[in-house]
Amino acid sequence: MALAKIVSISGRAVPVRGDDIDTDRIIPARFMKCVTFDGLGEFMFYDVRFDEQGNRKAHPLNEARYQGARVIVSGNNFGCGSSREHAPQAIYRHGVRAIIAEGFAEIFFGNSTTLGLPCVTVSRADREALQQLVEGDAEVEVTIDLERKTVSASGKVFPCDIRESARQALVSGHWDPIAELLESGAEVDAVAGKVGYMGR
Amino acid sequence: MGKTLFEKVWEAHSVRVLPNGQTQLLIGTHLIHEVTSPQAFAMMRELGLTVRFPQRTFATVDHIIPTDCTGEPFADPLAEAMLQELRRNCRAAGITFFDRDTGKQGVVHVVGPEQGITQPGTTIACGDSHTSTHGAFGAIAFGIGTTQVRDILATQTMALGKLKVRRVEVNGSLRPGVYAKDVILHIIRTLGVNGGTGFAYEYAGEVFDHFSMEGRMTVCNMSVEGGARAGYVNPDEKTFAYLKGRPYAPAGAEWDKAVARWRSFASDADAQYDDVVTINGAEIEPTVTWGINPGQAIAIGEKIPTVSGTPEGERALVREALEYMKFSGGEPIKGKKIDVAFLGSCTNGRLSDFQEVAKYLPGKRVADGVKALAVPGSQVVAARCEELGLDRVFRAAGFEWRAAGCSMCLAMNPDKLAGDQLCASSSNRNFKGRQGSVSGRTLLMSPLMVAAAAVTGSVSDAREVFGK
Repeated sequence: MALAKIVSISGRAVPVRGDDIDTDRIIPARFMKCVTFDGLGEFMFYDVRFDEQGNRKAHPLNEARYQGARVIVSGNNFGCGSSREHAPQAIYRHGVRAIIAEGFAEIFFGNSTTLGLPCVTVSRADREALQQLVEGDAEVEVTIDLERKTVSASGKVFPCDIRESARQALVSGHWDPIAELLESGAEVDAVAGKVGYMGR
Repeated sequence: MGKTLFEKVWEAHSVRVLPNGQTQLLIGTHLIHEVTSPQAFAMMRELGLTVRFPQRTFATVDHIIPTDCTGEPFADPLAEAMLQELRRNCRAAGITFFDRDTGKQGVVHVVGPEQGITQPGTTIACGDSHTSTHGAFGAIAFGIGTTQVRDILATQTMALGKLKVRRVEVNGSLRPGVYAKDVILHIIRTLGVNGGTGFAYEYAGEVFDHFSMEGRMTVCNMSVEGGARAGYVNPDEKTFAYLKGRPYAPAGAEWDKAVARWRSFASDADAQYDDVVTINGAEIEPTVTWGINPGQAIAIGEKIPTVSGTPEGERALVREALEYMKFSGGEPIKGKKIDVAFLGSCTNGRLSDFQEVAKYLPGKRVADGVKALAVPGSQVVAARCEELGLDRVFRAAGFEWRAAGCSMCLAMNPDKLAGDQLCASSSNRNFKGRQGSVSGRTLLMSPLMVAAAAVTGSVSDAREVFGK
């Protein structure tokens, strides 16, 4: 399946401070009562952005200057908790095209990669520097380069990291593996026969 | 050199190495439910794909199901639509669906083991992070996203990088009143909520040897709360005894062959691990969370941490947690007044959980002003409890005895906290808003500690309340 090669992403960035931001926070469970992902973008970080009466809370995600941001900059263990793909779907459908954080939870990372949403890690100090940079000037363009493994902003260049298999998948346009998985039907049958419990 | 169970299962199920270096891994058993599968079926239709191994796919409905037995259609049209969609998809593809009228419906991670579908040496996946539960049987079980649900429906495989293996050994013996839930909360507290990233946890040591299968499931269930995508216990005689005679377990001559195969998957004595952690079981106390992630836990006698007493890198998180929980650092957790007690979930909604609590409930009453829910993990658990008369024990003590489902673990059904209610919960996550109210507060603990909080009206040491 021909997919876009995702080599670099540029855009304005919004800081979402905090460690261990879980997927319940990214998309509360009540918004998962749906049979399609359509429209989830609207509910991204809903309870972070709105109070119980639906009033906007003070948060960068609500600030006019960050509207249209294509990059999120956050802390450690981003996306922990539930395996709900609704979380990266909501982020993607909100218009975000890359996430920079100190670390990602495993399942979230995989789900995001499969959507073509790169998740790159930076050091704590560089995360702080990047957040301060975009807090100081929301117009700063942040560029994630997956070939060079760098994040650049305002003339500064920070090293970033991403699991090599994910990087390969993104830059080569194979981030959705379905086509490759479908290729090996005969091998799948052979292994299924050998494991001895699959009944055919 | 010997191999770990993880390596053996991985090798047996590897189809090939993909161009990006990941492995195409055969998934022997695929469990699906109403929340994360409908979009996967829609993607399949869009791509013109069909379900490759419907006989290895099993469905149930759990997250959205009301537990107050009001029948169908559900009052919530969105929940009703999800149920109907799953029914339609299963019928069209020929997938076994443990539906509400089968007597086998329940939380997917309770249903798999009790039906004997969960077996040693197999790979299991489900669009739910607590799929790690099935590792209790020596299976390698992964929580996955919806696109991967599609991949497995269409190909019975998924693309995955190999995990490292950390052996978590808990030796010695547990003190009275200390349960599997305390063990896993202690492990997460010790290794961190992201300490397991990139690892599968192999749980071992005397404490795990002695645990029942249900205790092992409780621990494996919460592996993901420690960042480990999978967790397992090597299969042994207890594993085989649990499975024997279950509906989907091998029978007759097949049984002996299966046991021999299962046994061969256990980690070799000289297996090499990427990391080994040893914990003294005698040091584990009844443990309660005080914050907004499962690693923010303390022993019942300890005080809630202070910001100033916390290492610098974690202060912001402690501050955020104290603010959300409306607690002050330095206060005891014991004595905090609760509003709701929730007994259930894929972590602690099995027969032994209700049996253990029911031993201590007679003569006790749920405290005034506390709403207490007992929610069996499956219809099978509910029926067995009812045969044993446990439902009457719970009702007599003032608990509401409900029908099977995920219920207030994540509150996708009508069971929710209101406002900033404080809930003593046997579930697995204390995230902000997790139990259905934006400001609701969750304290994770063992089932008996939930019961102690329910009857005293505040967080208590179950050993004192029930004289253990």
